[in-house]
Amino acid sequence: MADSTTMRVSYTLDSSLDSVNKIELTAEQWAERAGFDEDTVPHIAMAVREAAVNAVLHGNSYDTNKHILASFETTADDLIIRISDQGPGLDPDTIPDPLAPENILRGSGRGIFLIRAFMDEVNFRQLHPGTELTLIKHRKPAQSGT
Amino acid sequence: MSMKVKTRQVDGITILDLSGRITLGEGSVTIRDAVRDVLAKGSNKILLNLGDISYIDSSGIGELVSAFTTVKNSGGELKLLNLTKKVHDLLQITKLYTVFDVKDDEATAISSFTK
Repeated sequence: MADSTTMRVSYTLDSSLDSVNKIELTAEQWAERAGFDEDTVPHIAMAVREAAVNAVLHGNSYDTNKHILASFETTADDLIIRISDQGPGLDPDTIPDPLAPENILRGSGRGIFLIRAFMDEVNFRQLHPGTELTLIKHRKPAQSGT
Repeated sequence: MSMKVKTRQVDGITILDLSGRITLGEGSVTIRDAVRDVLAKGSNKILLNLGDISYIDSSGIGELVSAFTTVKNSGGELKLLNLTKKVHDLLQITKLYTVFDVKDDEATAISSFTK
């Protein structure tokens, strides 16, 4: 049964692939605890993994002097995951569309696209230095307004 | 769990049976090296059997695309076999399903390569 208690935990982690795997596993556990179904949990875990990869690889460039911050929060309505790095910053408007014909055969550039595909809301915030991604998945289907 | 590759030959086609995860730092480099080895040995007709791939991320997808273009640019063919639902769905979402030649039967896949 889904737990609706509001809870938040934050982790400061090294800029490494081990951290990416830890964040992915933690996301999976939080998504299960929030009551998401067996199809949605892997999607959330993948979106969070992609955000963590971006932070470690493109943000901090594996710099051992830089860290990534990952926070996990459940509210009555949402699962909220924030991943931030200490890199040069990322402008989401400059990311090429991986579905465009000229980009379809590129060997990279699909991470942000998959994050957006699997989450309900994705927000970018510039930290100067660094970027914070906020990934939100609604625990209940949104009510359609009329 | 890391990725494993087994290589076998059937009717002049090199089949790479992949198992595990294709992710950044795990399977992606393994695929790249395996395809490079096949091409170095003079074969350029490659069938990637993804039936035992449990997970793939955007880096893994990118590696499949890179392998596809590398083999194509060498005048060869690279096809995919036995996609799991997860991999199938990811290729659909990223519009790559129609880029790859995807088969779900090994015999059919083998016979589909240009002779």
